[in-house]
Amino acid sequence: MTNPFDLETDPSLATRALHAGTAPDPVTGAILTPIYQSTTYVQEAVGKDKGYTYSRSGNPTVTALERRLADLEGAQYCTCYGTGLGATTAVALALLNSGDRAVLGDVVYGGTVRLFQQVLSRFGVESDFVDMTDPARLEEAFKKPTKLVFLETPANPTVKLTDIALVVRHAHAAGAVVVVDNTLQTPALQFPLNLGADISLHSTTKFIEGHNATVGGALITRNAELHEKLAYVRNAIGAIQSPFNAWLTLQGVKTLPLRMERHSANALKVARFLEGHPRVTRILYPGLESFPQHDLARRQQVSGGALLAFEVEGVEAGIRVMNSVRLCSLAENLGAAETIVTHPASMTHAAVPLEQRMATGITDGLIRVSVGLENPDDIIEDLRRALEA
Amino acid sequence: MSLLQRAEQLGLPPRSEDLKLATRCVHTAPGRDPYGAVSPPIYQTATFRQPSAVDFGEYDYSRTANPTRALAEEQIAALEGGRHACAFTSGMAALTAVVRLVQAGEEILAGDDLYGGTIRLLSQVAPRLGIAVRWVDASDPAAVEAAITPATRLLLVETPTNPLLRIADVERLAGIVRPREVLLAVDNSLLSPCLQRPLALGADLVIHSATKFLCGHGDITAGAVVTDDPGLHARLAFHLNAEGTGLAPFESWLLLRGMKTLALRVERQSASAKKIAAFLAGHPQVREVFYPGLGAVISFTTGDADLSRRIAEAARLFTIAVSFGSVGSSVSLPCRMSHASVPPELMDRLGPPEDLVRLSIGIEDVDDLKADLARAFEEAEITDRPRPCGASPHNPRPPSLPASPPPSGREGE
Repeated sequence: MTNPFDLETDPSLATRALHAGTAPDPVTGAILTPIYQSTTYVQEAVGKDKGYTYSRSGNPTVTALERRLADLEGAQYCTCYGTGLGATTAVALALLNSGDRAVLGDVVYGGTVRLFQQVLSRFGVESDFVDMTDPARLEEAFKKPTKLVFLETPANPTVKLTDIALVVRHAHAAGAVVVVDNTLQTPALQFPLNLGADISLHSTTKFIEGHNATVGGALITRNAELHEKLAYVRNAIGAIQSPFNAWLTLQGVKTLPLRMERHSANALKVARFLEGHPRVTRILYPGLESFPQHDLARRQQVSGGALLAFEVEGVEAGIRVMNSVRLCSLAENLGAAETIVTHPASMTHAAVPLEQRMATGITDGLIRVSVGLENPDDIIEDLRRALEA
Repeated sequence: MSLLQRAEQLGLPPRSEDLKLATRCVHTAPGRDPYGAVSPPIYQTATFRQPSAVDFGEYDYSRTANPTRALAEEQIAALEGGRHACAFTSGMAALTAVVRLVQAGEEILAGDDLYGGTIRLLSQVAPRLGIAVRWVDASDPAAVEAAITPATRLLLVETPTNPLLRIADVERLAGIVRPREVLLAVDNSLLSPCLQRPLALGADLVIHSATKFLCGHGDITAGAVVTDDPGLHARLAFHLNAEGTGLAPFESWLLLRGMKTLALRVERQSASAKKIAAFLAGHPQVREVFYPGLGAVISFTTGDADLSRRIAEAARLFTIAVSFGSVGSSVSLPCRMSHASVPPELMDRLGPPEDLVRLSIGIEDVDDLKADLARAFEEAEITDRPRPCGASPHNPRPPSLPASPPPSGREGE
C-alpha cells in the first residue's frame, strides 16, 4: 500500500482491476468474459459436470466477477448477490440463529437498520447499535454474547470513521465475526481484511460498478469455512446476482482505481471550497485537516474518498440548496460517475426512527454529497450558486 | 377442443379481460415508454432522478422497484388471474419471501413431495429462525385437516408434485384451511397458469419458479409470487425490498419476452407429453409412469437404478440437466440431481426412488422424441456394466458438519 493521502492508489491495483480472475475465452479467444445467459448446463453423465449445474448455485460470469473482487481485496473467496442488502441478509442468515445477538455501528445504512430491526428481530435475533468510536461503549457492547459485529466506515452519511483494527480486537476476543461494509472506500482505498476483519461487504451498485447501471452486492473473505456457509445460504435462499449484471459490474470495476483517485481528488477540492463558505456551518471530510478523525483516516484509508457531508443553517436552507443544484443530481444513490446530492433525513434514512437518527448526527439540515468525476470547478460553481440561492 | 381451451374452462372466474389466454400472452399491458416501443425498454439503471428534495418520483431505486420488472410482474399477475405479483431473483427467493409471512413460534405445514431446494429451505433455514415445519401428504385432505394445529400459519404445496406428479385438491384444501386462518400457498411451476390457476381454486398465494415454463427458454433464473390480497402483497414487496431480491431489469425483459409464447409452448409440450407418457406406459422396461394427464413433465421408474441411469445417458435429444419447462427436452435422475439437496435424515420420507427418471418434454417433434427414447431404452439394455447408485459426490452436508471443499456452481449443495 502506498503512502496514505498522496491520492495515488496501489499501482498494481490498476492492472488487477482489468485482468484478475478472468482469462480470454479458451475456444474463441474473446477477451471479455461471455455472458452465460443460461440456467442449466449439460451433464456428460448423471452427476458428472464441469463445475456448474444450475445458475442459482453458480454461474461462470458471476464467478468471474467474484474472482476479480476477491483478488482486489487480497482474498480468495467472494460471493455476489443481487443487491447489497442481499449480501447483508445472507451474512446475517449464515451466522445468526434465533436467540443470537449482533452488534452494529450506530450509523449504518438505513436499509441495514430496517433489516435488523424489522425483519431479523421478528425471528429472535437481537441487535444493538453502538457508537464504536466511544471506547467505553465499545467495551460495554461485548459484555453480552455476540455472534456478529457489523460496521461501516466511513459511516453513511455522517462520514464518521470507525477504527477497524480496534473493533476487531474486541470482537475476536468475544468470539464474534466482524463484517465491514467497505462500499464507500472500495477495495481501491481501504483494506478491512488486512486490518483483521473477517468479511468485507460491498454494495457493488455504488463505486464498484460505478455507472449507475445495476444493483448488486458482494461478500469477500479469506476464511474458507465462512465462505462455504455464505455460499450455502445464498444457494438456499436464491438471492443471486444475474449474469448480465455481473458482466456490467466486471466492466465497471475496470476503471475503479482510476475513478476512486479522481473522486478523492475532486472531493478534497470541493470540501476545501465548502469549508471556506460563510453559509456552511459544518463540513465533514476525512481528507481535511480539520476533520476530527484525520489521524485515523491517514492510518486506515489510502485517501479521503468521495463522500462528504455539510450542513447549512436550518432545514429550509438545506432544502433550498438541494432544490437549487442543476449539475448535481438529486438521487438516493452514491458512487456513480455523476455528483449526487442527498438529504438523508427524508431520503436514505427515512426508515430510521427519528430519535435514533438525531442521536447519530443525521440532522434535518445534513446534506450528503457523493462527489463525481466532473471537472471540480463545475461542481464547485454549481454548489456556490445553490448556496447563494 | 384444444388442451388449452379445456383448461380455460376449468372453473376460471371471468376477469377483466375477455380475451383468451394465448391472446393475453401476446398483448401485455402497455408500458409508459414515451416512444411507444412495442418491445419494452430495459430500464438498466440503479437510480432515478427525483423531482425535488422532498418529493419522490414513482421510482427511486431499482432494488425497490424497476419499470421493466413492474411490467413483468403485471403480466404474471394477469396470466394467473391475480391482482398483484412480485418478481424475484429466483424461485427460492420467492419461496423465502413467502416463508417470511410466518413468524417465529408459528408453523408451516408442507406437502411431503416437494422440490429438494424447498425441502432444504424449510428444514435447514426456517427452523433456525424459530419456525417449525411439519410434512403431510397433501394429496390426502383428511391427513391435512388432522395435521393443522393452532400454531399452523401456512400450508405450502406443489401440485402436481416434483417429481412424483401427485395431485393435491387445491379447492378442497382451501376449504379446509381458510376457516382456520391458515394461508394456502401453491407452487404452480409445473403446470403454469395455462393449465392451472390456483387463485381461482381458493389459494392465497401462487408461487412460480419463472425459470421454468414462464420464461421457457432456459436463459434466466427468476421467481414470482402472485396474490389477490393487497396486504399479503405489501408484505412480500416489503421483504423483496428489505432483503434485496427483486428480479433484475434484463432478466425481467427476457421473462416478458419468454411469456409471449407461453400458451403456444405449453400447448405443444403438453400434447407431446401425453403421447410420450402413453408410449412409456406400454414399454416393457418401464415399471410405473407418473403423469397426471396434462403438463409436460413425466416421471417413470424401471426397477433398476443403474438401468435408469443408462437410459438417461443414452438419450440424445434429452439433455441431462436440472430444471424443466424449457423449449429443449431434458432428462434427470431426481435422487442425484434436483433432490440431492434433501437432507439425509429426510431422505427416507421425502426422497424420490433411486430408479426414478424425470423427463421434461420440449417443443421438438414428438416422433423424434419418441424415437430417441426408444433407441435409448434399447442401448441401455445392451450395456451391462453395473455401477452402484451411491451417495452423490456433489451432495455435501450442511455447513455445521466438517468442512468440505468450497462449493462450485452445483445445485444440490
